[in-house]
Amino acid sequence: MIRVILPWHLRNLARVDSEVMLDVSGQITQRTVLDALENEYPVLRGTIRDHVTAKRRPFLRFFACEEDLSHELPDAPLPDAVAKGAEPFMVVGAIAGG
Amino acid sequence: MSGVRVLVGTRKGAFTLESDGKREKWEVNGPHFGGWEIYHLKGSPADPDRLYASQSTGWFGQLIQRSSDGGKTWEPVGNKFVYDGVPGTHQWYDGTPHPWEFKRVWHLEPSLNDPDHVYAGVEDAAIFQTTDGGQNWAEMPGLRGHGSGSKWTPGAGGLGLHTIVIDASNQKRMFIAISAAGAFRTDDGGATWKPINQGLRSQHIPDPTAEVGHCVHRIAMHKSRPDTLFMQKHWDVMRTDDAGESWREISGNLPTDFGFVVDVHAHDPETIYVVPIKSDSEHFPPDGKLRVYRSKSGGEEWEALTKGLPQQNCYVNVLRDAMAVDSMDACGVYFGTTGGQVYASKDGGDSWTAIMRDLPAVLSVEVQTLK
Repeated sequence: MIRVILPWHLRNLARVDSEVMLDVSGQITQRTVLDALENEYPVLRGTIRDHVTAKRRPFLRFFACEEDLSHELPDAPLPDAVAKGAEPFMVVGAIAGG
Repeated sequence: MSGVRVLVGTRKGAFTLESDGKREKWEVNGPHFGGWEIYHLKGSPADPDRLYASQSTGWFGQLIQRSSDGGKTWEPVGNKFVYDGVPGTHQWYDGTPHPWEFKRVWHLEPSLNDPDHVYAGVEDAAIFQTTDGGQNWAEMPGLRGHGSGSKWTPGAGGLGLHTIVIDASNQKRMFIAISAAGAFRTDDGGATWKPINQGLRSQHIPDPTAEVGHCVHRIAMHKSRPDTLFMQKHWDVMRTDDAGESWREISGNLPTDFGFVVDVHAHDPETIYVVPIKSDSEHFPPDGKLRVYRSKSGGEEWEALTKGLPQQNCYVNVLRDAMAVDSMDACGVYFGTTGGQVYASKDGGDSWTAIMRDLPAVLSVEVQTLK
């Protein structure tokens, strides 16, 4: 299972208390994780990625394994630790809000 | 039993205030959507328990919330606002072309007879509609397709379509206003639109009387006089009696004709209200005195309404969507400030009371008169 940590506002929207656990098939990438997240919680569509371009919203960042993955390609594999569920994939709001 | 529900959108959430017909004690419900900007929320005239709210932040974008129980509970509905076709460009602040980009919904206007049919005015300026209660939104492309869109320029707050007025006697006729493009009218239910800015003068554009480019802040209509509209422009308070074909200034003896809000008394179509603001350089009331001005003659002659309002050291603003009236026998008037107060008058403006204070900055105020 893939672990995802959402910022407070998105946890409220999705009505989840803590980490989200996702069953993601195939390669584990930003795209496949976020697709699975949005399928499980449709209310999050458009809040992390633009509806049309599917690009990350500019005030959000993606972190994992103490690295900034925000500018990695969406189809690039995420770290093994994320794919194995040892580390969470984190959606983080830019400082000063969110 | 009749009553009143006030819907308040703020920089950090939404609130509802309810009272019985006496309008003396108010029950506060909220904050809803705490931490989010609520540009506007409004109830359906066809079903007062059906409410819609525009919820947004720069971090997470736009959401639309819907309530079917008068604001007690809410559910998110569709938030996909995609321009029709290739969006093209409008003018940026410096006059250069800038791509059309959706940012937020400024105003939600439920149709008069169908709670599932709602119009949305958005930034960058366009009008969308839903006919399924907010699940799906589609642009009404005739407005941006008018051909003048490339000349529209954002105001300080953005290129927002902030005003939607429906003619109750002919719902195919609607009026909208955009900062800073001007006012537009459709006579065919939104298929086509025409600019209605004849008579406006704006010094911030090269041709002060141009067809478009005017920073209209708000338009108000009394439902019994659909050809008469009142406008608070960036500067100047204006009036038309021919559905926008021509406008004339009615600023008269106002201490300043800059401001944002304008509204019409529920029972007297010639009684109107504005809140003068000192200038576009100083967005606060003149002399530190918060005064509503009322004209009982449809403009030109104005009286200051001060009873119950702060008359010293007051430096709040009243934003364009933050005034509304109820339709009780004695018309109630309501407005919210950037200082977080919501003031109400239950005697047509003669006296005022803060029915809520210390809220986040108020962005919008709407009122429902409950039967």
